[in-house]
Amino acid sequence: MKNKYSIISLIKNSFSYHENWQKAWGDPEPKKEYDIIIIGGGGHGLATAYYLAKKHNIKNVAVIEKGWIGGGNTGRNTTIIRSNYLWDASAGLYDHALKIWEKLSQELNYNVMFSQRGVMNLAHNLQDVRDLKRRTHANRLNGIDAVYLNTDQVKKFCPIINTSPDIRYPVLGGTLQRRAGTARHDAVAWGYARGADEMGVDIIQNCEVKGIKRSGDSVEGVETTKGFIKTKKIGVVAAGHSSVIANMAGLRLPLESKPLQALVSEPVKPIIDTVVMSNAVHAYVSQSDKGELVIGAGTDDYVSYSQKGSHDIVEGTLNAILELYPIFSRMRMLRQWGGIVDICPDASPIISKTPIKGLYFNCGWGTGGFKATPGSGDLFAHTIANDEPHKLNAAFNLNRFVSGDLVDEHGAAAVAH
Amino acid sequence: MFLIHCPYCGEREQSEFKAGGEAHIVRPKQPTELSDDQWAEYLFMRKNIKGVQFERWVHTHGCRKWFNMVRDTSNDEIKATYKMGEKPPTK
Repeated sequence: MKNKYSIISLIKNSFSYHENWQKAWGDPEPKKEYDIIIIGGGGHGLATAYYLAKKHNIKNVAVIEKGWIGGGNTGRNTTIIRSNYLWDASAGLYDHALKIWEKLSQELNYNVMFSQRGVMNLAHNLQDVRDLKRRTHANRLNGIDAVYLNTDQVKKFCPIINTSPDIRYPVLGGTLQRRAGTARHDAVAWGYARGADEMGVDIIQNCEVKGIKRSGDSVEGVETTKGFIKTKKIGVVAAGHSSVIANMAGLRLPLESKPLQALVSEPVKPIIDTVVMSNAVHAYVSQSDKGELVIGAGTDDYVSYSQKGSHDIVEGTLNAILELYPIFSRMRMLRQWGGIVDICPDASPIISKTPIKGLYFNCGWGTGGFKATPGSGDLFAHTIANDEPHKLNAAFNLNRFVSGDLVDEHGAAAVAH
Repeated sequence: MFLIHCPYCGEREQSEFKAGGEAHIVRPKQPTELSDDQWAEYLFMRKNIKGVQFERWVHTHGCRKWFNMVRDTSNDEIKATYKMGEKPPTK
């Protein structure tokens, strides 16, 4: 049983100089066999294990992570959470996640610092205006809070935006989802890891999967750097490396893995109290609790696993940022990094069974998976436990690329690819 | 940013180029006779290799010609470039 985090435990531990805090999760050696193995210890994978134990009472579960938990895209994203997607299927999926976010800190007894500061998406041309108005209407029909703002309302909501009509791509309007916001991404991984560990899930770090053993049409286990582990069900949540795992099982996926970059500035006093995204000029910005500007750049157009992106992508994003926010012109950038995102042709994820029995994939989140972490884990756990998708992720099956029933979210994905 | 050897123009900056995805995917000869599975395979399924991969690139801000590239996707090292229609280098 984990000790509860509270103001009282904080005071109590301060007397021992914070040196006696209980370990949040263990460091077990892998057992010979598990009921379910989750490959990938990021937010989605840990959430999947957490909900398998919590909602489906399956506790003989291992999460296998080749590095350290939350060290991949979970710790590399720009932490934006919203649910203003166009199609009904996506609205259901992302708003399911948003509803879990709203109670997550209490549920996990772990402060994920979820901050509903609102997300504003800007329109810079007539087509943007039409698309965003259409999306606002679609959101409202699906019960998702969304409002359309004209240029003056954009300026009022975020005064530092340059709304003058003579910039290269003037701000013609925007949408606002007030329930949207940000969260602390590391805390999400750590909170789920602590919760899953408490219920008996083994979190095995520094253990890379080297192969998937099949007998005929079903899986038998995984070969890892810590030996062979037997299991009947494998849930793969490997983000940019999904295709690598799929190739081990002899499966092909409709994914391309590409670098997506982000950067943060030196910390400054509070200057922007919301998240502003702009698809057309490709710039989005928010401010972290430490005061750094968090800026998201675009994807490169080539396949790469190097976790580095091209310099001209960053330059293009910063050009746009400076045109929209001249006040940032003398800010210095402190850190820049890349993550490898697995992009689907329709910019929607895959949470699905596969033709191989006992092998499940949760992938294709591309540039926007962080926001869905709790919902994705919940629905993937349901899919694995019941060997059937939940109605909220039924549309996100692998077979849609054969049937043609795609969920095209290139507009709402907000990162051009 | 890396330098790319265009088979027509020589070495140029990467920002002059655009990537066009996996190379040597042959367009079906009899499109009307394909099953849905075969269409999905042709249109969407990709090898997405971590390691040496064959790709198409185009010199957008240059000669505007398409060509092929052999590249290691794990470290972005370019092994070779060659013209469309040519056989890929064996080593």
